[in-house]
Amino acid sequence: MTAPATLICRNVWKLFGADAERRLAALGPAPSLEALQGAGLIPAVRDANIEVRAGEIFVIMGLSGSGKSTLVRCLSRLIEPTAGEILFNGRNLLTASEAEMIDIRRHKMGMVFQHFALLPHQTVLENVAFPLAVQGVDRARREARAREMIALVGLTGRESALPRHLSGGQQQRVGIARSLAVEPELWYLDEPFSALDPLIRRELQGEFMRLQSVLKKSIVFITHDFDEAIRLADRIAIMKDGAIVQCGTPEEIVMNPATDYVREFTRAVPKAKAVRVRTVMQPGPPSDANAPTVAATATVADASPAFLAGASEVAVVDADGAPAGRLRREDVVQLLLGGGEG
Amino acid sequence: MSAADISPEDTGRRSGARWLWPLALALFVLLCLAGAAALPWAFDYPKGLRIPAQRWIGSFVKWLTNEAAIGPVRFSDVTRFIAAVIDVPYRAALSLLSTGFLRGEGSQAIQLLPPIPWPAVILLFGLVGYWVRGRATALLAMGCFLFIAIFGQWQSAMVTLASILVAVPIGVIGGLLIGIAAFRHPWLDRAMKPVLDLMQTMPVFAYLVPILILFGFGPTAAVVATLIYAMPPMTRLTTLSLRRVPSEIDDLGRMVGCTRRQMTWRVLVPAAQDALMVGVNQVIMLSLNMVIIASMIGAGGLGFDVLAALRRLDFGAGLEAGFAIVAMAVALDRLSQAAAVRQRAAPVAGPWHRRHPCIAAAALIIVAGYVAGQFLPAVRQYPEAWELSTSAFWAAAVQWLNVNFFDYFEAIKNAILLNLLVPFKRLMVGLPWAGVTAFLAFAGWRMGGWRLGLLTGALAFLIAATGQWEKAMITLYLCGISTAIAMAIGVPVGIAVATRDRLWRAVQLIIDTLQTLPSFVYLMPVVMLFRVGDFTAMIAVVAYAIVPAIRYTVLGLRGVDPRLIEAGRAMGCTPLQILFRVRLRLAAPEILLGLNQTIMFALSMLVITALVGTRDLGQEVYIALTKADPGRGLVAGLAVAFIAIITDRLINAAAARTRERLGLTTH
Repeated sequence: MTAPATLICRNVWKLFGADAERRLAALGPAPSLEALQGAGLIPAVRDANIEVRAGEIFVIMGLSGSGKSTLVRCLSRLIEPTAGEILFNGRNLLTASEAEMIDIRRHKMGMVFQHFALLPHQTVLENVAFPLAVQGVDRARREARAREMIALVGLTGRESALPRHLSGGQQQRVGIARSLAVEPELWYLDEPFSALDPLIRRELQGEFMRLQSVLKKSIVFITHDFDEAIRLADRIAIMKDGAIVQCGTPEEIVMNPATDYVREFTRAVPKAKAVRVRTVMQPGPPSDANAPTVAATATVADASPAFLAGASEVAVVDADGAPAGRLRREDVVQLLLGGGEG
Repeated sequence: MSAADISPEDTGRRSGARWLWPLALALFVLLCLAGAAALPWAFDYPKGLRIPAQRWIGSFVKWLTNEAAIGPVRFSDVTRFIAAVIDVPYRAALSLLSTGFLRGEGSQAIQLLPPIPWPAVILLFGLVGYWVRGRATALLAMGCFLFIAIFGQWQSAMVTLASILVAVPIGVIGGLLIGIAAFRHPWLDRAMKPVLDLMQTMPVFAYLVPILILFGFGPTAAVVATLIYAMPPMTRLTTLSLRRVPSEIDDLGRMVGCTRRQMTWRVLVPAAQDALMVGVNQVIMLSLNMVIIASMIGAGGLGFDVLAALRRLDFGAGLEAGFAIVAMAVALDRLSQAAAVRQRAAPVAGPWHRRHPCIAAAALIIVAGYVAGQFLPAVRQYPEAWELSTSAFWAAAVQWLNVNFFDYFEAIKNAILLNLLVPFKRLMVGLPWAGVTAFLAFAGWRMGGWRLGLLTGALAFLIAATGQWEKAMITLYLCGISTAIAMAIGVPVGIAVATRDRLWRAVQLIIDTLQTLPSFVYLMPVVMLFRVGDFTAMIAVVAYAIVPAIRYTVLGLRGVDPRLIEAGRAMGCTPLQILFRVRLRLAAPEILLGLNQTIMFALSMLVITALVGTRDLGQEVYIALTKADPGRGLVAGLAVAFIAIITDRLINAAAARTRERLGLTTH
């Protein structure tokens, strides 16, 4: 069962260089990296295809220079793609007029930035209310809404502080509150936690998951951190040199890396944290009727406390609590000690 | 043409052609030594081929004033209208600060409302100081204005302040709007660059006459002249700081759906606020710098007092009026600098006067001042009995110095004149224009590509072709010697203070203050001691131009990566080796830019030293001013601007190359 796609990006290209549009067309439908560079074009995004489904966290992961930030800016049309289609709820954004884009961005989209992009001269309250002020919402209403958002991210009491008085983590909470103030349908997060210390980053990742469990937005999340991608994503697209090399659930990517490049990333990731119980479980009920239970959608790592407590089998239940199968200690050991590689 | 477009191929080609420089130099020297007989036209530009630019400009200005029209509206009507528009806020400011609001004319005038009493003005400035920074700044501002009152300069100072209060907002808003437009439209940016270059390098004297003709004699013409001089930095800083707004802030504005207008006024301009305030400070300081020159076309106030005192050689009076300008400059400089870094306080809730305590206090001060003025005449007008004057003291001091040390001063002056100034002047004047032009074109080509070569060659040729060559060479000689001396003093001073934090802070305070002095003030003490002439001019120029020499040396040396110094020390370099092999080398690009600024300062001061009887382009401009000849003044002014542009471009190209060679460029 898959939710309908909120955002579809088809064959999107972004090339830098003079007269890129015409020269890309001249090179044929799928020119290689070398052909593009030979033509003097600098490819930032090459033939990207993604689908973001309603309510899912779609992570675009890539190292610096892989084109991920350019792609997310193409998706919101902050950067004009050279070729392709971007459908938002079926509407092609690339044919929308400037006025329509302003309207869509005002009401349907929100974005969180790597370096927070808070306006330094405005208080927390004014920053959060800023998107509403731009729309012309009257002061009382926008400030009430902003206060709600500030409470949502746990910054109540800091409304009249200025950005420079806040820590990095707090500043990004303001950024998150601001991006949510207009109740966007589509939420872009461009490396939102990359500029933060590891401890704060983990704290905010948790906070982000908590918010999403309540808000259920369609999310495009950019990161260069594979662990973060695994932890947060419903699905991941991995980018290299402007192209998407693999797209799938964390589990699929960890279990079946498509290229050596992707395998390099998966090597250091504990599989137990990516693989779901349902993937390695065996059919049939456990031999011990009193065995502890675990959800089929949980990760194998979530089931490990039961094994540590001495159980050799765990009962697996589906979303409704009905028995779905059993997870054996040896299956887990098998998973952790290799097996699945390649 | 900036340094950035030096391509790597260029560098490769250059290193392969090392013999070109010696060859060009040799040819140049050969021409100088042996060419006089063979090629007389290379030394004296042929009279028949002169470009009659003076006549052209003169008749163009005449046409502009008398005939130029769009339909029934004549161009001079437009300029007079602008003058009338500027006059409205000026009258208001003047009434408020100096004359009071009057009804009727002349001696029949009835004062409806007196000007703001002087203690209230002082307290208001204190309040502004408190608002932007705190108690110390408040005390400083009040001290400066009290100083003005005590020395009996209050009336003139308020006239000056009124014109500053009008010129600065117009300059700031105008510069901001043009800068924003240039930021939005790259073609406008490209078109504005040469215009701004000319506005900044052209001596003010040169355009006083056309302004006088178009806008009429009076304070508003002075405001227009001030604007031409003070607006360019604001324009440049606006464009620059808008470009430097982080791209994420720009993305944010677009993501929340800002329209273009919202983007500019609610996102970009506020985000660039700090840098823009630096521009405001620049406008204020440059406007104050113009105060004396502006008084030549009717600005009145302190500038007029200085000028009048200079004319009747009353040094004491001139010095006091000059100090009053300095006091005002220091106060306004510190206030605007503090405003630039002012931290916005968190908003307070409560009734109106709680939320805006400063506005409430200001209203209270004004009302209390007027009420007190009703009963106490001493509040209405600063009583003469309380005034101090030091002018007798200064006159006596100068007299004493001259009586006792005249021979020494004369000896120093003559020694330097005969052994340094005169020979160098002869050398410069004897150089062939064709050789210099060709050499400059060659230097431009080698350092920055054929476009720069074309520019430097063409500008040099224009100077010769308009008949300004000899005067330009005299300008170069004075400028060159003064720059050399300023660098010879400034660089060692910079080296000495760069590593000593406390000393540097003290020196910084001194050079900051020196920079707030209007350039005329430098003339006075030198004239008192050395009379008029080239030597006096040189001393004044050196004193004025030494500031950038010190500042850029220190900036360059302090900017050297400390890890490199550590590495040098770890390799066992002696302190001297570290200085010469590491620090000075890496600071070379900044020191070159310091040289550039020193030359620019020297050139702008040179024009003013025309008042003490030099024979250079400055004098030409000044003569044209007294004869109200717009053509002559503008041509000479343009020649000065061309010299400035040539040196600026060449040195910038050299600095960029040095930086590239040192691997300091960040591409």
